[in-house]
Amino acid sequence: MAEDPVFERATRFLSALRHCQVLGLKLHSASQDGLTLVLPFSPRIVGNPLSGVLHGGALTSLMDTACGMSTLCVLPEFEVCPTLDLRIDYMHAAEPNKDVYGFAQCYRVTPDVIFTRGFAYQDDPAQPIAHVVGTFMRLGQHARGLTKGGPMAARSTP
Amino acid sequence: MTDITREYLRQACEQGDLARLLAAIPYAQLIGAECTRQGDDLIFRLPANRDNIGNPLLPAIHGGVIAGFMELAAAVYLLIATRTPGVPKIIDFSLDYLRAGQFRDTYARCQVWRQGRRVANVAITAWQDVEAEPIATARAHFKIQEPAKPDHS
Repeated sequence: MAEDPVFERATRFLSALRHCQVLGLKLHSASQDGLTLVLPFSPRIVGNPLSGVLHGGALTSLMDTACGMSTLCVLPEFEVCPTLDLRIDYMHAAEPNKDVYGFAQCYRVTPDVIFTRGFAYQDDPAQPIAHVVGTFMRLGQHARGLTKGGPMAARSTP
Repeated sequence: MTDITREYLRQACEQGDLARLLAAIPYAQLIGAECTRQGDDLIFRLPANRDNIGNPLLPAIHGGVIAGFMELAAAVYLLIATRTPGVPKIIDFSLDYLRAGQFRDTYARCQVWRQGRRVANVAITAWQDVEAEPIATARAHFKIQEPAKPDHS
């Protein structure tokens, strides 16, 4: 899976997002079918100081990034796709001191909009801690913000 | 894992000490969220912070940070509004991004539309320059802990 060109593209994209670096997000796997990011556990992202459970905001950043980046899996060329909306359903609280994985995929691509969905889990993908759906706008090739001398410029065509 | 105790939270809530409350939440410190009173209402503020940037070229605040800020605001608002020390548990969260969050201060205001015995519905609006032109609107459902019996400790 690591040889997939999508993987290399996604890694480069992720490295350009400052807040994702702050959270320590890493690409776990990527293919045409979707991608998975990892959010390493850190005491800095805890939301409930009594239980040590991480804050939903960190989870949302993970899943917003995963859903947004899943557009890289289906688009032939890089396009800026801002989030239009996002919904997260929390199945149960994350366990403290464990990394969180975020899988996302695109399930419908139209000329204007991309529909994505995904889920976050810790040990078992069959027991997700959250389900997510997100809709992203396509700004098209003319608005390839990140490509102009940016991190995605080096290899914008396969 | 931390020296934050239930008693600390209870006091912060009872005294309405927002700075103390936010200081107890590591994620609030990570993104730099603040809160002030405005009459009876609470205004949340997220000062511009390079570490919160997603799109490096605009530059724009990461959508996840905006969401996290709004979710945090809703939970703190509920905590203060209900005066219960139990941290509300989020059930679901839905947000609409209306404009890019530019690299500047962001504000949020909350409204509890319905508070039942077990679940509360909170609407959150986030803006930067003009409140009437929000950058995002959201709503969250929280499971709230049913009022605890008076504790004589």
